[in-house]
Amino acid sequence: MSRDTENDAAFREKLIEEVLSAYPDKFAKRRRKHLAVSKAPEETAAEGESVLSECDVKSNIKSIPGVMTIRGCAYAGSKGVVWGPVKDLVHISHGPVGCGHYSGSQRRNYYNGTTGVDAFVTLHVTSDFQERDIVFGGDKKLEKIIDELEVMFPLSKGITIQSECPVGLIGDDIEAVAKKKNKEINKTIIPVRCEGFRGVSQSLGHHIANDTIRDWVLDKKAIEFETTPYDVNIIGDYNIGGDAWASRRLLEEIGLRVIGMWSGDATLAEMERAPKAKLNLIHCYRSMNYICRHMEEKHGVHWLEYNFFGPSQIAASLRKIAKQFGPEIEANAEKVIAKYQPMVDAVLAKYKPRLEGKSVMLYVGGLRPRHVVDAYTDLGMEIVGTGYEFAHNDDYQRTGHYVNAGTLIYDDVTGYELEKFVEKIRPDLVGSGIKEKYPVQKMGIPFRQMHSWDYSGPYHGYDGFAIFARDMDLAINNPVWGLFDPPWKKADQKFLEAAE
Amino acid sequence: MPQSAEKVLDHAKLFHEPEYQEMFARKREQFECPSSADAVAKQADYLKGWEYREKNLAREAAVINPAKACQPLGAVFAAAGFEGTLSVVHGSQGCVSYYRSHLSRHFKEPCSAVSTSMTEDAAVFGGLNNMIDGLANAYKLYAPKMLAVSTTCMAEVIGDDLHAFIETARQKGSVPEDYSVPFAHTPAFVGSHVDGYDVAVKGILEHFWKGKTRTVNAKINIIPGFDGFCVGNNRELKRILDEMGVEYTLIQDASDQFDTPSDGEFRMYDGGTKLADVADALNAKATISLQHWCSRKTLDYAAEAGQETASFNYPLGVGATDDLLMKISELSGKAIPDSITKERGRLVDAIADSQSYLHGKKYAIFGDPDFVYSMARFVMETGGEPTHCLATNGTTAWGEDMKKLLASSPFGKDCNVWAGKDLWHLRSILFTEPVDLQIGSSYGKFLQKDTGIPLVRLAFPIFDRHHHHRFPVIGYQGGLRVLTSILDKVFDKLDADASQPGKDVSFDLTR
Repeated sequence: MSRDTENDAAFREKLIEEVLSAYPDKFAKRRRKHLAVSKAPEETAAEGESVLSECDVKSNIKSIPGVMTIRGCAYAGSKGVVWGPVKDLVHISHGPVGCGHYSGSQRRNYYNGTTGVDAFVTLHVTSDFQERDIVFGGDKKLEKIIDELEVMFPLSKGITIQSECPVGLIGDDIEAVAKKKNKEINKTIIPVRCEGFRGVSQSLGHHIANDTIRDWVLDKKAIEFETTPYDVNIIGDYNIGGDAWASRRLLEEIGLRVIGMWSGDATLAEMERAPKAKLNLIHCYRSMNYICRHMEEKHGVHWLEYNFFGPSQIAASLRKIAKQFGPEIEANAEKVIAKYQPMVDAVLAKYKPRLEGKSVMLYVGGLRPRHVVDAYTDLGMEIVGTGYEFAHNDDYQRTGHYVNAGTLIYDDVTGYELEKFVEKIRPDLVGSGIKEKYPVQKMGIPFRQMHSWDYSGPYHGYDGFAIFARDMDLAINNPVWGLFDPPWKKADQKFLEAAE
Repeated sequence: MPQSAEKVLDHAKLFHEPEYQEMFARKREQFECPSSADAVAKQADYLKGWEYREKNLAREAAVINPAKACQPLGAVFAAAGFEGTLSVVHGSQGCVSYYRSHLSRHFKEPCSAVSTSMTEDAAVFGGLNNMIDGLANAYKLYAPKMLAVSTTCMAEVIGDDLHAFIETARQKGSVPEDYSVPFAHTPAFVGSHVDGYDVAVKGILEHFWKGKTRTVNAKINIIPGFDGFCVGNNRELKRILDEMGVEYTLIQDASDQFDTPSDGEFRMYDGGTKLADVADALNAKATISLQHWCSRKTLDYAAEAGQETASFNYPLGVGATDDLLMKISELSGKAIPDSITKERGRLVDAIADSQSYLHGKKYAIFGDPDFVYSMARFVMETGGEPTHCLATNGTTAWGEDMKKLLASSPFGKDCNVWAGKDLWHLRSILFTEPVDLQIGSSYGKFLQKDTGIPLVRLAFPIFDRHHHHRFPVIGYQGGLRVLTSILDKVFDKLDADASQPGKDVSFDLTR
């Protein structure tokens, strides 16, 4: 498709103008700032930078009312993303019943443990606010809930309180409750002010959740732990479909010791001891960079971004990580890369011929719209459009490294825009979320959910790449896409009309 | 190496491989600081006993795995049943993403709705500007025929006045003067999705009926209620009514909206009750509801408008369908045709054929109040014994109704009714007083995993099995499907239990 980059870029610029014309003027102006076609670096002033292209859009600002934003809320960012996967804590969805009901068990944060006994990830625990709780406040009820949860789940290592909208509006003091009950039951209790109306998307929820790790978990008790020079934490991997496990395996194979996983399959102990690590390895920069910066400042633990999607990035990341640990680990990394190369070659030999040249549009959260690009490129596929629900400026800065000039970039895309973009560009595959899946498929365009891996996974690591390749193939090359047009609407149509 | 290109293993099998199993064991021992295996085993065992059950049932504040959603979900579902209608949910935006996801995961279909995207400043100053902009944008971008407004709990806590806001937005030109913007306040901290459905439908009727003069005709309005099986059920209902020759208006029909074809076009709107028909429905002779607990306020309103009203509890099974058809026949003056009488006979025939596998079977049934009621009734018709009937969103009054129903048959005499209880309660209950089968939503799969009691998926939401909702479960035809679903589980269980070496004598070819 982008053999003709200039024409593509012009077409996509025109497309942006076309969708903007549908908005009332005031909002066309606002939306314009979120849509762009990435430019080659020489077209911009920033010379000498290593970026491939510039993705200059406004981001992390309020969504416009009534446009069908795809974003979620701060609660989704905290309970749904950062805290929810921590398996030995009980997470209270504090407020009315809905939030926990809709988010419960949906994100596929895999974990080992006995649910309801020593692990609680897939439980939906809620205070189920009623009118009287709104009127009289929910603090007393919260205290009672914590007592009851102690009876129900005595082996839990603690509790998080995930605030829903009303909590912050009625002036509850969940911090006071947390402190009080912490003394009484002698377990970690973390109050999280992640009410859904805070901020503009899930993103603030990530930040708030990170801050509560800083304020209520780290440096709270003396941690006895024998360290080694090879200790690392996996940060920002939520173990969706087992991602963090596929990653952990590789890190162990090159000789590192993963002392904590944040927060997929995590335990409280792993979080508490994180500052003892030599290095924090961060996968989802967007959702957990905050706590990495904190640990760097406070504990002197450096952090390093890596990318375990697709063999090119995996190899580059393994080398980058190994470099931090000296020649022995570097040699190990080379061995591991070499060990997996035949499997990678076999996967490419099997799937690349079926996927080569196919175009892809992505719209995901805050990391994957750039992080998965090279996994597609490894398969010979090309990204023609990408965008984030809740990225910040620093994410778009990091995106230029991944996308070609002429790529359509959309921030906080609206249902209308995405539909039009997909309809006009007609990529061979769209990767986005459950809300986008069915409209796209109705148009006859293959789709994969790129939040939940469409109930598949893992996609991280070499083990994951094989699954990723298989899934993209089965989505694109399924015969169903050829069944859309009834035969009588195709070749025979004229004949039948003539016969009428 | 566990992975290969020839045989790609995904999560279902990959993590069973020794490399992963060893890694898991290492992680647990060295890094997780877990409770001892002994303590875990003891607690797991304790969870199964009567002592834990008593503590569990004594919970007053903590709710664990409730089988209910919040009001606005019902409102969004309701709006999807009207021609060209887009839901506008006033409040925080994350909620709307949740409703859309939830409905899409069940129906495997698109679900459109917009939010007024209120944030901190709106929490302080109110969401009027969000409403003005939200209606204007939704109207311009998505060209709906009607915008149906409901609320999230944020807007309710700060007390936004929908009526005043919508009128102001209208004056500011967000939508044309005479454009339809019905509304309903749907606080998440009151009732559940079935109540949200009720007030949303009532809001739409009020919008079209208020101040109009009623000229009675012979038609009957039928409100199906919140129904995850609306696709199959509404079509079946229409078939029956057409067969009878009844003049009717189905008010709130999402059967096409949640079942659009794949032919290259994304239809944001499809089907639904025509707005003109909603207006004309004021003139109907009567309004009946297929789900009492989804329509109490709506029916009161219809009665106020002068209509005769009647309500049912999800017409599933023989007697429940009989009741509905006789009432419709009475109201419309149309006889129940022989063709339908024959259908009834076929359902009874099927039950008779299979009765030896159903008689005396014990059931736990959970879901929305009307579903649980009719499911229990049908189970009793087959000689089954409802043993635990649970509706998290069932009220005390529902519990009383249930008890009356159960008292009407010897098969219901040992049944416990659990109004307002959750699925963590049910877990204890099933361990201490086991049953043969559970009937409910996909959430029952966790109960099945823990207790081994097979789950028949017949209630919303069904996330982990596909397309069940495309087939009716109401009426006599629907009864056949329900019966077959139950029997399949019964037979699968018989075969599974006869599959162990040395215990496989009962592995019969014919049953």
